[in-house]
Amino acid sequence: MLGYIMRRIGVSVMILFGSSFMVYNLAAYASDPLAELRLSTDDGARQAIIALTRDLQLDIPPPIRYFLWLKGILGVFTGNLDLGMTREASSVQSQLAYAIPVTLRLVFVATFTALLFGLALGIISALRQYSRFDYGMTFLAFLLYSLPIFWIAVLLKEFMAIQFNNFLSEPNIPIRWMLILSLFTGVFWSSLFGGERKIFWRIFTGAVATNFVILWAINATDWYLNPGLGPILIALLSFGIAMGVTSISTGVDNKPARNAALTMAGLTVICYFPAQFIFNNFASYFVILLMIAIIVVTGIATSKIFSKIDRGPIARTAIITGILAGFLILIDRFMQTWAEYSATDAVNGRPVPTYGQRKDELVTGDFWISNLDLIMHLILPTIALILISLAGWIRFSRGALLEVLNQDYIRTARAKGLNERTVITRHAVRNMMLPLSSLFVGEVVGLIGGAVITERVFGFQGMGTLGIKAINTFDLNLLMGVNLLLSILVVLGNLLSDLVYSALDPRIRLRK
Amino acid sequence: MKIFGKREKLTGEILHEGESAIANKETEGLSQGQIVRRRFFRHRAAVIALIMVSSIVIFVFTALDSKIGPIRIPGWWKWTVEDIPELRFKDCPGGSTGCPTLSIRPGSSFGMGTHPFGQDDIGRDYFALVMNGARRSLMIMFIIGAVSGFIGVVVGSISGFYGKTIDAVLMRLVDFLQTVPTIIIAAVIGKAAGRVGPIFLALFLGLLGWTGLARLVRAQFLSLREMEFVDAARVAGASNLRIAFKHILPNAVGQIIVVVTLIMAGAILTETALSYLGFGVVAPDVSLGLLISQYESAFTTRPWLFWWPGFFIISIALCVNFIGDGLRDAFDPRQRRRITKKDRLQAKAHSKAGA
Repeated sequence: MLGYIMRRIGVSVMILFGSSFMVYNLAAYASDPLAELRLSTDDGARQAIIALTRDLQLDIPPPIRYFLWLKGILGVFTGNLDLGMTREASSVQSQLAYAIPVTLRLVFVATFTALLFGLALGIISALRQYSRFDYGMTFLAFLLYSLPIFWIAVLLKEFMAIQFNNFLSEPNIPIRWMLILSLFTGVFWSSLFGGERKIFWRIFTGAVATNFVILWAINATDWYLNPGLGPILIALLSFGIAMGVTSISTGVDNKPARNAALTMAGLTVICYFPAQFIFNNFASYFVILLMIAIIVVTGIATSKIFSKIDRGPIARTAIITGILAGFLILIDRFMQTWAEYSATDAVNGRPVPTYGQRKDELVTGDFWISNLDLIMHLILPTIALILISLAGWIRFSRGALLEVLNQDYIRTARAKGLNERTVITRHAVRNMMLPLSSLFVGEVVGLIGGAVITERVFGFQGMGTLGIKAINTFDLNLLMGVNLLLSILVVLGNLLSDLVYSALDPRIRLRK
Repeated sequence: MKIFGKREKLTGEILHEGESAIANKETEGLSQGQIVRRRFFRHRAAVIALIMVSSIVIFVFTALDSKIGPIRIPGWWKWTVEDIPELRFKDCPGGSTGCPTLSIRPGSSFGMGTHPFGQDDIGRDYFALVMNGARRSLMIMFIIGAVSGFIGVVVGSISGFYGKTIDAVLMRLVDFLQTVPTIIIAAVIGKAAGRVGPIFLALFLGLLGWTGLARLVRAQFLSLREMEFVDAARVAGASNLRIAFKHILPNAVGQIIVVVTLIMAGAILTETALSYLGFGVVAPDVSLGLLISQYESAFTTRPWLFWWPGFFIISIALCVNFIGDGLRDAFDPRQRRRITKKDRLQAKAHSKAGA
């Protein structure tokens, strides 16, 4: 195993060397950083040419200059990495250090949300093969495949930001829209659950009515100006989460699991007021992490109380329930900040931003306001990225699950009398995940490509913006810095996905 | 109302033999091509997509004048990209200029008007601009598909057929190209190629896009060359070339076509994205991505400048994707027609009559 990893790393380094050599020379020969200055007749221009030639060593031919650049990279082993200087004579490292977190934040959130939704929709779609829902999802996936991301980003900017901000200044949902939205959700939920005609209509009317009442209540109470969940709603939702998580993970018939999940939900709701106190006085990332840790420990303890055997799945159920319920409290806290955030000078009543990664005025302020600001800036670009990567996950997971459901071991599992839930979650979905693990890397890399464009539309100062700037100003060192990082990401990702695949699937043995 | 509802049991009602009888009956006495064609035409979405894409292609390529060498074929549309007619002010919403004259509202009569898609800032006819842009984008799409397809098939077959050292070298080359972030390298070249022209850009993007196809063709060759019919051909004295082209490639052609359509659908998005970023087709040339990027800021006042190019990009990409899906189903030997209720009843009646 170790030998295999070492060999793969060796090959990867060779590939990185080759590809960076190629990109370096291609970029160096395809662009002339002095072109603009040469055209200028200004005296200063000649000085600038001489200075740039000296600083960027332009008098050395590119293939040789590459090795000078490489020497700086190899400095990583002696502890002084040198990626060279940009044209504005700042170091490439410092530029990258600023840009990397911005891009990672964007890609990270988008990847995991898309993965979650994509898998869920794909799995349900496969379970209801050839149903209305399945056809709808297939069409949706193809539509999303064909959407240019810059187009969808501009649309989001117009409708979700500008128009929504306008709406917030005079918030009132017309009754016509309430009806349309309710009918839409009704169709979604009823086709999602499917079943016989009677059940279909029952779910449909239920969903339409619920949705209409919710919208009406939101409208009547001006909820979007002063949102919040409140302890009662959180208690109701937590109960729902507990039942939902149990029914998926172990089935509600499993008494210990159900009781553990309900206890966790109850405990979290009881903690609502103490949590408010902590949030108001000691808010920081560390405290939030600590609270998550407490939830995990409590979850394990609860499972110990309620069951003597088979604690693993029960503990898992309890922990997931606890974390989701805790998340509700966190969301509630952010919602409470909303009105205050909306009223700050920097925001001025237009809370959905269209440009930039955060507002500088709010960075040092209150923990909740500055983080809400960060979230608000992330929302639109993240939605754009989710939309384009969702399609892939829906199609892949649907196809993979259908493939798995045709296998003999699924037939065996059914034949020995397991209930459908166990067959799907334990036997089918787990095996479905195997091929998806190798697709994960490709998706993330594709998403980074999409992030380049999204960053440009939404004015994020991330890697993509840096890369575009480098190409536009013929800044070779900066370009190589961005390129090197992305390439390393691809190579590492490929290695990692192979290792994960072999670790998950005992049938695969890596060549020694 | 269960999350894990029972899957519809396809084999529940009728005997297994009855079902395969249905499946066999429909392929009896047909050649491979006939079976594929039949299956493709049964995929309704793919057929609609095929009709739509061919009408878009015909529509787009005949609308404006086209030059093939010295011959000039006049288009049927009255404006060209160079014409600068007067800007229309009348009847435009909110004091904007050059709004579209297309009316398809059911109440009033259907009419194209003088400028169905509206006019841009200086009054150029937007229909002509969009047609020209769509033509560029389609052309680039076909070139990328052809170049990537050709290189992918050649590299993949050589790699899979000969194996050993050649395979190792070629596959490292594929690894190597996949490491380079496409958008960055394409942007570098696009920036330089803006001066050279869109055809060069398309050729270059084609040179980058073949890696996935090569891997697929290689995998096909690796499995197919171990088949008995290849041994039989070799014993009969067929040359390497003949085996590769006459025996192996026809068996892999289905998957190749599918992947090439997917490459083409991706290509139109890559090209428009690059043009949007300013690294693809550059002004005064027109492409759909470039149009969107130019009129992005005009969205609030003159949204039609934004909608039409987007509409064409999406419809082309969507149709090509659907055609690819139809082809995949058509070429998949495991793919069987979905057994409908009617079929089952027929089979049941059949087996009862037989018994």
